[in-house]
Amino acid sequence: MLAYLIRRLFAAAVMLVVIVMVVFGIFFLIPKWAGVDIALSFVGKQADPAAVEGVREKLGLGDPIYAQVWEFFKGIFAGRTYTGGGDSIHCAAPCFGYSFRSEQAVWPVLTDRFPVTLALALGAAVLWLIFGVSAGVLSALKRGSLWDRGAMVIALSGVSLPIYFTGMVALSIFVYGLDLFDGQFVPLDESFTGWFGGMILPWVTLAFLYAAMYARITRATMLEILGEDYIRTARAKGLKEHTVIGKHAMRSTMTPLLTMLGMDLGALIGGAILTETAFNLPGLGQAVLNAIKNQDLPIILGVTLITSLAVLVANLVVDILYAVIDPRVRLA
Amino acid sequence: MTAPLHEPTAEAAPSAAEEASVATSGAKAVQGRSLGRIAWERLKRDKLALTGGVVVLVLVVVALLAPVITGLLGQDPNEYHENLIDPLFGTPTGSLGGLSGDHLLGVEPVNGRDIFARILYGARISLLVGFLSAVVAVILGTVLGILAGFFGGWVDSLISRVMDGLLAFPQLLFIIALVSVMPNDLLGLSGSSVRVFVMILVIGFFGWPYIGRVVRGQTLSLREREYVEAARSLGAGRLYILFKELLPNLVAPIVVYTTMMIPTNILTEAALSFLGVGVKPPTASWGQMLSSAIDYYESDPMYMVVPGVAIFITVLAFNLFGDGVRDALDPKASR
Repeated sequence: MLAYLIRRLFAAAVMLVVIVMVVFGIFFLIPKWAGVDIALSFVGKQADPAAVEGVREKLGLGDPIYAQVWEFFKGIFAGRTYTGGGDSIHCAAPCFGYSFRSEQAVWPVLTDRFPVTLALALGAAVLWLIFGVSAGVLSALKRGSLWDRGAMVIALSGVSLPIYFTGMVALSIFVYGLDLFDGQFVPLDESFTGWFGGMILPWVTLAFLYAAMYARITRATMLEILGEDYIRTARAKGLKEHTVIGKHAMRSTMTPLLTMLGMDLGALIGGAILTETAFNLPGLGQAVLNAIKNQDLPIILGVTLITSLAVLVANLVVDILYAVIDPRVRLA
Repeated sequence: MTAPLHEPTAEAAPSAAEEASVATSGAKAVQGRSLGRIAWERLKRDKLALTGGVVVLVLVVVALLAPVITGLLGQDPNEYHENLIDPLFGTPTGSLGGLSGDHLLGVEPVNGRDIFARILYGARISLLVGFLSAVVAVILGTVLGILAGFFGGWVDSLISRVMDGLLAFPQLLFIIALVSVMPNDLLGLSGSSVRVFVMILVIGFFGWPYIGRVVRGQTLSLREREYVEAARSLGAGRLYILFKELLPNLVAPIVVYTTMMIPTNILTEAALSFLGVGVKPPTASWGQMLSSAIDYYESDPMYMVVPGVAIFITVLAFNLFGDGVRDALDPKASR
């Protein structure tokens, strides 16, 4: 177990380094090939040549790419001071870069926005697990029934709807039509009820999409498992039906669901870009989208790193939980 | 595959596919039902899947004929009709977003462009990116998946690690990032065609591991089968075994994953355009129409509903058809 954990952590660390290099590659090498001056995009289109030169010097953009990557990593642990063009800016550890365009360090941006995204992802996950999984199980047990067909039609429609469209429809019905909610994001420390009211629609909209996916997967997995020999054995030895389903079948059904949950949660925590855009929530996804539109590379780099980290951690947790749920999996 | 349980049925698929390869290579005398035949007969009974297939077909035809249809109606996707706009609010005059005999689905707020024409032209972008990116993913995934499964060893380890890595990547983020850093002129293309080209490549690139994994797994189990061994003992070379013995048996899973991938890719394209990193205005695309409709969902809900429903119908049709194809080609499914 310990050896497995160490190996997985090592693999995750390698993956993270690879991701940083890929991100550097995307944002530093592609523009170079295309003949675009990167320093320009760090400062802004109307910047004067002296400022551009200063940024070039501060970031060491003339240095080879591996040196730049190394400086970036060092900054995360030791902080970093950007010197050049006659002044210097200090960025305290953990320094995930400094946005010269918006004149702020990246780390505070990340910590400001992370809670919003986390709350969105976790709240929705609770909803979609409850509704999606139970709808899927019921459908599998009552296969071919009116309930099954109805639920599956809704689920198929759910996965075919773009989330931002569902969001816009929800906003126009519940906020502008019925005036049930405010439709505005309110920070949690300002007012709990305001925050909750602002989060309900994003939660439900996001959960609807994922519940649809989970219901489909749950149903398919459950049907396959109900055909397995050990279920027949369990029934043959006279176990009550709800024990057969609840204990024996559910346990195997949970394994693929857990894999999905790990990947989905990881990806969402890293920024539910579409949901945050549709509902105007100040989370990581919105931050990175704005950064991409402004060509604010340091922020993109920071968010991408955090996102990748979230995906890696989620996958790691899932793999460990596997061993707990499924006795057939042995970690070695 | 969860092996021994399903052995008899799993065995049935490859032999049926072998017949298919024989049948298509011209030996018409061979009687018996090919995999394609069996699948088609199952698909014919699946009303929902057929409906989906027909809708897909209609969409493709309509997209191809977009210039003809809009020409017949006397509309142009980029022509302004400011006379149909209420100068005070910027929204279309008349009910339901300016719906009329001339403008079947109304006009856009502010500049009054015909929504029906823009929807038709948007369909071209959606379907083009959806199909071609799936093709890119299938080619990459099949080639690399077969290589990994067939050769094993370090080739397998390398390809599998890359697939795992790509699947763990925050994909949408990387797609957005990649599309947005691409220069405006590339390989002689410019403007929207660059974006379309880049979207096809990038979406396809992030899609291949899904197919690659399946193909690798299938290849791993197929290469140990007796018929492969038989071919080898008769002196067949590696390439012969790869293309003549293995590939025909991989057709079913590849077809299934391709049909399932197209709707996902269409949604990704719409999302990119919605986020403003897809095709550039004035080129029409559904995602972009939705993103400009955000400002009008109070005053002109029609503008938001039309592209949203267009995406919904398209993706739903592909999903219905894909589900049907999967059920028809899956020997385990007895539905």
